[in-house]
Amino acid sequence: MHDGIKEQNGHRLASLALVPRAAGLATKDFKSDQEVRWCPGCGDYAILAAFQAFLPGLEVPRENVVVVSGIGCSSRLPYYVNTYGMHSIHGRAPAIATGLATSRPDLSVWVITGDGDALSIGGNHLIHALRRNVNIKILLFNNRIYGLTKGQYSPTSEQGKVTKSTPFGSLDHPFNPVSLALGAEASFVARSVDSDRKHLTSVLRAAADHQGAAFIEVFQNCPIFNDDAFAPVKDSAGSGQLIRLEHGAPVRFGPGGETGLRFGPFGALEPVPVAEATPGSLITHDTSLADPSYAFALSRLDSADFARTPIGVFRSVDRPSYDSLMAAQIDDARARGGDGDLAALLAGGDTWEVS
Amino acid sequence: MTKQVQKLDHVIIRFAGDSGDGMQLAGDRFTQETAVFGNDLSTLPNFPAEIRAPAGTLPGVSSFQLHFADHDILTPGDAPDVLVAMNPAALKANLKDLPRGADLIVNTDEFTKRNLAKVGYDISPLEDGSLERYNLHAVPITSLTVKALEDFDITRKDAERAKNMFALGMLSWLYGRPAESTRNFLQAKFARKPEIMKANLAAFGAGWNFGETTEAFSVRYEVRPASLAPGTYRNITGNTALAYGLIAASRLAGLPLFLGSYPITPASDVLHELAKHKRFGVRTFQAEDEIASVGAALGAAFGGSLSVTTTSGPGMALKAETVGLAVSVELPLIVCDIQRAGPSTGMPTKTEQADLLMALFGRNGESPVPVIAAASPSDCFHAAIEAARIAVTYRTPVVLLSDGYLANGSEPWRIPDIASLPDLSSAFSFAPSLGEAAGGEAAANGDGEFQPFRRDPATLARPWAVPGTPGLEHRIGGIEKADGSGTISYDPDNHDRMVRLRQAKIDGIAAGIGPLEVDDPDGDARVLVLGWGSTFGSIGAAVRRVRNAGHSVAQAHLRHLNPFPSNLGEVLHRYDKVLVPEINLGQLALLLRGRFLVDVISYNQVRGLPFRAAELAEVIEDVIGHA
Repeated sequence: MHDGIKEQNGHRLASLALVPRAAGLATKDFKSDQEVRWCPGCGDYAILAAFQAFLPGLEVPRENVVVVSGIGCSSRLPYYVNTYGMHSIHGRAPAIATGLATSRPDLSVWVITGDGDALSIGGNHLIHALRRNVNIKILLFNNRIYGLTKGQYSPTSEQGKVTKSTPFGSLDHPFNPVSLALGAEASFVARSVDSDRKHLTSVLRAAADHQGAAFIEVFQNCPIFNDDAFAPVKDSAGSGQLIRLEHGAPVRFGPGGETGLRFGPFGALEPVPVAEATPGSLITHDTSLADPSYAFALSRLDSADFARTPIGVFRSVDRPSYDSLMAAQIDDARARGGDGDLAALLAGGDTWEVS
Repeated sequence: MTKQVQKLDHVIIRFAGDSGDGMQLAGDRFTQETAVFGNDLSTLPNFPAEIRAPAGTLPGVSSFQLHFADHDILTPGDAPDVLVAMNPAALKANLKDLPRGADLIVNTDEFTKRNLAKVGYDISPLEDGSLERYNLHAVPITSLTVKALEDFDITRKDAERAKNMFALGMLSWLYGRPAESTRNFLQAKFARKPEIMKANLAAFGAGWNFGETTEAFSVRYEVRPASLAPGTYRNITGNTALAYGLIAASRLAGLPLFLGSYPITPASDVLHELAKHKRFGVRTFQAEDEIASVGAALGAAFGGSLSVTTTSGPGMALKAETVGLAVSVELPLIVCDIQRAGPSTGMPTKTEQADLLMALFGRNGESPVPVIAAASPSDCFHAAIEAARIAVTYRTPVVLLSDGYLANGSEPWRIPDIASLPDLSSAFSFAPSLGEAAGGEAAANGDGEFQPFRRDPATLARPWAVPGTPGLEHRIGGIEKADGSGTISYDPDNHDRMVRLRQAKIDGIAAGIGPLEVDDPDGDARVLVLGWGSTFGSIGAAVRRVRNAGHSVAQAHLRHLNPFPSNLGEVLHRYDKVLVPEINLGQLALLLRGRFLVDVISYNQVRGLPFRAAELAEVIEDVIGHA
């Protein structure tokens, strides 16, 4: 059954070329009968709603969508989506999804994870899934705190964070998830915000359209243990602190969109008032650059006060996906030598007859 | 010069040298020649974990022992009849195992003052008379090799490296081995380096001719082919047999094979072997770590692959949590533990059977897992198929135990007829989409909703509902599930029921395996020797000795360690004494005492080596004497 689905089916998304097509699905089709059990006001609700509403547009049958998660608040999400799903173990979802996606090119495989799950206990699997470019889509819900274990600092918590496990303030320097993913040379890296449904949906769509591993960091509010951690970027209209990245468009931000970006002497990006900039010196956003340095420089604009926070697609480049390369090796071997012959295999090498 | 030919019924040869001397290769080639000649054989490679330990030192010694005979044999032998020592370290490390009167072939070129000093010889043992008790053949192997190759356009270093082929040629002549397979091997191996190929062929030929012409050897030996059962044979190591067994299982089940693995001694060769066979649709995934390798395998199992992960003890420890998840989500998964000496890193290249209790119990919670063990190198093939049968039939992870001795050791294997192998495709079926077939309705509740944890009444297996099947969308996970529906459940009675159901499913596997067979030819034995895993050969050889000495003793060997065969308790109670030899401190013995209240006698060694049959025979006779 599954080993045979090889034909191109005219799907418009490259990453779903081998996935069957189904039209006419609605958001309700992706809601399971399980009661959602996150805390009232949790950002996870908004992300779940956006995810469920976005899935019908993929035109993939429910049975060909698989959502794999690790452990943590966000990792409960698969229970609420009426597709195939696995709520696995802490940190290991990218590894499990790798085995699934590599052996089943006819599936659309999504990984739901959090900052503790993906960046602490599962950091190794995350970077290796990204460098291999396995055809999986990873949504990292970053709330900068451990929620399910009731409020310890996480690998994305700001240094000095006072929590139950760090009453005198945390000592760790945090990860920047986007920088980390770019350092692993992920072929698709994006960021969005739980409260901006429209933006989140557009990023999900771009990720689904990407052939290979896609990494999306979603700023997600935890109202119980780390409320308003992303408050500065919540009101995107007013503060002007968000830098909305659009491929092919000049990067503009700040009040009235009067600030742009240019490269400084050591490759860092620096803000400059558009009016003062030398013509041609300002950056126009390009997600397709093979070298991740520019995207990395964008990710380094982040600061603790969210003064300049880029969201959107940082990087989206074409690179053969791991699963397609593995399938090609098998196809090549069979094209050259034919399908394996078990009797010939067992009788290979030096043999002798006893009569 | 015509030489006297002496007939022998068996010979044990040990090649020993520095780890860079190519002793494993020489041993492998001699084994292959011997296999093709038609002797029965058994091998024991023994090498350091370091790739190139300091040259000329005792820790750097690498050896390869081969036992071959004109009759069927069970072990690589206790003590060598012939020792080839390529340097003083090899001599010193192996001399203690050499019985008086044995042949000792020494490469005299390496017995320099410096090399002697490295291993603490003040005076060369070649000169102090200490080797008089052996039949010493002093051969300047290095210089003879270099001289034979002086016309070749190769460096002196390359010429010296061919000395293993000179030694192999010499031994091949001495025991009348067919040389053709080695010549073919060298031609294939060095096809891209013709000068090196010619040099190695010349060194091999020079060694052969030296044996024929020199007076160092006055006798040539003959070991007639063994009368084995008719069929086509090949020589095979445990790891190769295991890889072939997995490929065969994939074909027999009609499932694509997925291997998730991380390099670890002595399991890596299974990964290497499977990686070659892409024509069989095998997907091999070298993961970033042990945890990812088993995780990927479990993911592929969810997707409907025959999934395997291979490792050794330290890797087993890391995989434990994922194996626990596989127990909870009830998906088929084969976990191969090629055991090595522990704890921790232990001795990576040395064998041990000390992971049995970890395989059974090394997870949190009540987490029953079937455990089976291979008994010999070629048996790894059949053990792999049995592991696959249990995994797909019962939708459970299965631990398959092999060990370093089986992994690297080899023996002749009668190649099975494919038609004789079990049909695994009838052992399972993917759940059909709801409404598609009667079976689909059976898996649904009254509302037509799929019940991913509704069990088959015979096997207690849950449906294997793979993604892509319409109507069976469901979520699984490590949280406790409600019986039937599989939704999250914290209900106390449900948990109690699910724990017992999972246990009952594993216990029920016993119904599908045959009774434990006891070998008791005299029928009056009062002592049973019970083993498991790679001790099969040593125990069998020891039991033969004891019987040849006129005693009655019964032997039985366990393939299934969990669950045990259903008649095991009855078998144990049938004998006055039960002796359980293990290469651990009594792990099976602990299980037997706990399960059956039988006061078994535990005999244990943990030397990183298989039991010596002679020692074991003494232990058995001692037990018989007190029975």
